[in-house]
Amino acid sequence: MAADKTDPETDRKAFQAFFFAKFSNVAKDDFGNGPYAVNEGMRNEWKKIMEFPPYEFALDEGHAEWEKPFANGKRYADCFDNKGEGVRQTYPRFIVETGQIETLEGALNRCRVENGEEPLDPMTGMMASLAAVMSESSRDKPFAIAIPDDPRALAAYDRGKEFFYSRKGQLGVSCASCHMSPAGERMRGDILAPALGLLAAMPIYRSDWGSMGTTIRRISTCSSQTRAVPLKADDEDYRDLEYFLSYMSNGIPIVGPGTRP
Amino acid sequence: MIRAIILTAGLALPSLPALAATKAEAEAALAAAQAAESEAIAAKAAWTPTETALSNAQKALAAGKWDEAKAVADEAMTLARLSVQQANEQKTSWRNAVVR
Repeated sequence: MAADKTDPETDRKAFQAFFFAKFSNVAKDDFGNGPYAVNEGMRNEWKKIMEFPPYEFALDEGHAEWEKPFANGKRYADCFDNKGEGVRQTYPRFIVETGQIETLEGALNRCRVENGEEPLDPMTGMMASLAAVMSESSRDKPFAIAIPDDPRALAAYDRGKEFFYSRKGQLGVSCASCHMSPAGERMRGDILAPALGLLAAMPIYRSDWGSMGTTIRRISTCSSQTRAVPLKADDEDYRDLEYFLSYMSNGIPIVGPGTRP
Repeated sequence: MIRAIILTAGLALPSLPALAATKAEAEAALAAAQAAESEAIAAKAAWTPTETALSNAQKALAAGKWDEAKAVADEAMTLARLSVQQANEQKTSWRNAVVR
């Protein structure tokens, strides 16, 4: 099949139309709740869990860290637009200077390094707590990922799209294999979440982990589950995938931090 | 007498050099598998079972189990080649899965 012309907006419309047709009884704003949006039994369990959200400790920890100045007196807020309030829905971003995609966690670590601090583990721990703080300030704000008319940004989008649809690992499974047509169905004990809104609840407290994790931790876990060797946390392929997948969810509100089985 | 010769020959068969891997053969099989896996890693196409097989082959080699080391290294080689083959196939076939 010949390569298609890169047209993110046409892709997004087709992608979202697929899910709105498949789950015609699910409100657009509910897709960020993943399996809880498409399975009544799990939704009822989730409502009970949310009486005492398991990410509350991470939020407390994250707020304390967010307010703490670096050794040079600067703070995280100094590194972000609007002091970091309500901007999570615009990440990942294309950075003109580098020609690369930068995730929220990448931006937080860049902030630390530029202010003389050591980078954090981008998958869990304090990084997940900081991401939780930024997500909380963006709750109900719809994903608004920008793809500028720059060939490098469009190439990153294309690579992310290719990753999403490519079968990987010994099981020969792609992201789409689980999160497109089979979404809402069971895979062993789990309900497969729709790809639409898949990252809106990040970071998440996942019962299977017993701790918080960022988007990249979840993607890396997916790689392992397909029996593929996970890439490095900041690998370009993972960043591009997150860029594509987040763009597909433009218009879907942020609901993070979240919780998952 | 003939029965004794046949029995003796039968017992000796598993240890005949032609049927057993040597240390050099096991080492060569492991090196080849590692090279194939390096190719898979470079293509970002590596599989976890390949890594496990390579690790097991190294352990068998260290334990002096040449037959086992060669067999597991050969398995790793097959897995590494399949992972690269998968990545090459997906370079074009992923487009068939795109929602339009």
